[in-house]
Amino acid sequence: MKNAVTHYCPGCGHSVIHRLTAEVIQELGIAGKTIGVPPAGCAVLAYFYFDVDMTEAPHGRGCAVATGIKRALPESIVFTYQGDGDLAAIGTAEVIHAANRGENITVIFVNNAVYGMTGGQMAPTTLLGMKTTTSPAGRDAGREGNPIRVCELLSSLDGAVYLERTAVNSVRSIRRTKKAIREAFQTQIDGKGFSLVEILSPCPTNWKLSSAASWKWIDEVMSKQYPIGIIKDIREGAAKDAE
Amino acid sequence: MSKIEEKKLMRGAEAIGEAAIRSGCSCYFGYPITPQNEITEYMARRMLQTGRVFIQSESELAAINMVLGAAATGARAMTSSSSPGMSLKQEGISFIAAMELPSVIVNVMRGGPGLGNIAPAQSDYFQATRGGGHGDYRTIVLAPATVQELYNLTRKAFDLADEYRTPVMILADGMLGQMMEPVVFNDKAIEPGDLPEKPWALRGAEGRPSRFIRSLILDPNLEEEHNWRLYRKYQRIERREVQFEEFNMQGAEMAVVAYGTAARIAKAAVKRCIEKNMRVGLIRPISLWPFPAKAILESTNYIKHLLCFEMSMGQMIEDVKLSAEGKTEVSLYGRPGGVVPTPVELFRVISRAYNKLARETK
Repeated sequence: MKNAVTHYCPGCGHSVIHRLTAEVIQELGIAGKTIGVPPAGCAVLAYFYFDVDMTEAPHGRGCAVATGIKRALPESIVFTYQGDGDLAAIGTAEVIHAANRGENITVIFVNNAVYGMTGGQMAPTTLLGMKTTTSPAGRDAGREGNPIRVCELLSSLDGAVYLERTAVNSVRSIRRTKKAIREAFQTQIDGKGFSLVEILSPCPTNWKLSSAASWKWIDEVMSKQYPIGIIKDIREGAAKDAE
Repeated sequence: MSKIEEKKLMRGAEAIGEAAIRSGCSCYFGYPITPQNEITEYMARRMLQTGRVFIQSESELAAINMVLGAAATGARAMTSSSSPGMSLKQEGISFIAAMELPSVIVNVMRGGPGLGNIAPAQSDYFQATRGGGHGDYRTIVLAPATVQELYNLTRKAFDLADEYRTPVMILADGMLGQMMEPVVFNDKAIEPGDLPEKPWALRGAEGRPSRFIRSLILDPNLEEEHNWRLYRKYQRIERREVQFEEFNMQGAEMAVVAYGTAARIAKAAVKRCIEKNMRVGLIRPISLWPFPAKAILESTNYIKHLLCFEMSMGQMIEDVKLSAEGKTEVSLYGRPGGVVPTPVELFRVISRAYNKLARETK
């Protein structure tokens, strides 16, 4: 990490996830060959915080940009850092096809069920009944469709080899998230293919909850729609579909 | 591999592809669309043979963003498409221009708007020369008229892209892409490994401070400064990179202005004028941006009528009029995409204007 003060709101999950990702990169000794791709969204300025080479991508195109980097420079370690709007709405085609090609990249997918940067609009991952500025009556399946489970969606693709969903709402879950991020980067280091960690992350500002209530909400509501665990692991020697 | 002076009968699309190979292009990304599939298919074969990167992407959006990623590492990267696909690429081109990444983009134009048809057209002139995407930027646009030029200008495009760190577009059409002509490889082939290192490229921060490449500049003063810097770069390009051809301009009283396929037709029509002792010349812009404004303006010292012939309904004529500064008459013979007019048709249009001019000057 660079010695910088982040712009994130109090209680936001991004700073924790940044730190976990940076720690893993450092501990694996890959910082000198890592190239990161931040999203459009709250983490758009991630290049002010990560002390590795980084390039911006247009909204949603992270996995295409990462594909270009990785193919041009196969010895590099490439990760995208994307939110739910970036990855699961406008960038759906890019993530599906990067996974399907088995691109040897790592995706850190931050799911906070809302568009944060633009002021709390409905995301593809917004839960049913959840009120946002663009679903003022609460998300209704008939009107706004259902929340997308990204890991499960990607799990049918043969090129996606490691998919795990975690959260950052307790010491235990934060530790588990770090382990998942490490596994994902290790998957890439071993040249095994596409890896993604979906992290349920609090957005107290747009959820209009306190930090403590946000943590609780992830446990009691969000993780019911998005079950925590390894969704897919078909790396050689790995137990099939743990959990 | 680097044999100098080699002559080959080639299709236009293949000449573009081979120029990319010989320019050390190490990454090609494309999505199928007619009439440029021959470029994508040629690259699929040649990139595999030469051990370089080829991806058939899931969309034109993805292809241009893969170019962005590869270019950020310093690799020479390229994509190609045709009109509807080019509309999709505009987002990426705007970012590539703002992020100052070199890249080569080929547009083999077809009829439009909408899906239009796959016949040759020149109706993407505005999109190509005005930037195309959002924001205050330009792309260098080169318009070849022969298969040899498709080769030479594609090679030139890679050099210009690297020199100015900007996207460079080859603007062709379905006719140029399909036609076969002899091509002389009169230059040295470059391997990707021969290219000098780019001091700004992202290749991992081992042994140096980390870098980032971005287009988001939130500080208003810095954003203005960035745009001033881009503007000064574009001014430099305007001063240095204008290319055009003049044909039979000595002693001419009237001139046709045309580029690409239209210029081939125009040249044949002008040759017919010469046979009839008509004093008609041709100005052929090769770089559409920067536009050969000075050449047009200087021609107004002796040219009494500039006839702008384009396979679109009055796009390039705006640049011709701006360049002529009202000093001579400028008229349009436009044909919308769909049908390629013949030299005889154009000759008749020239004759009418020329005879009118003759009557007026008597």
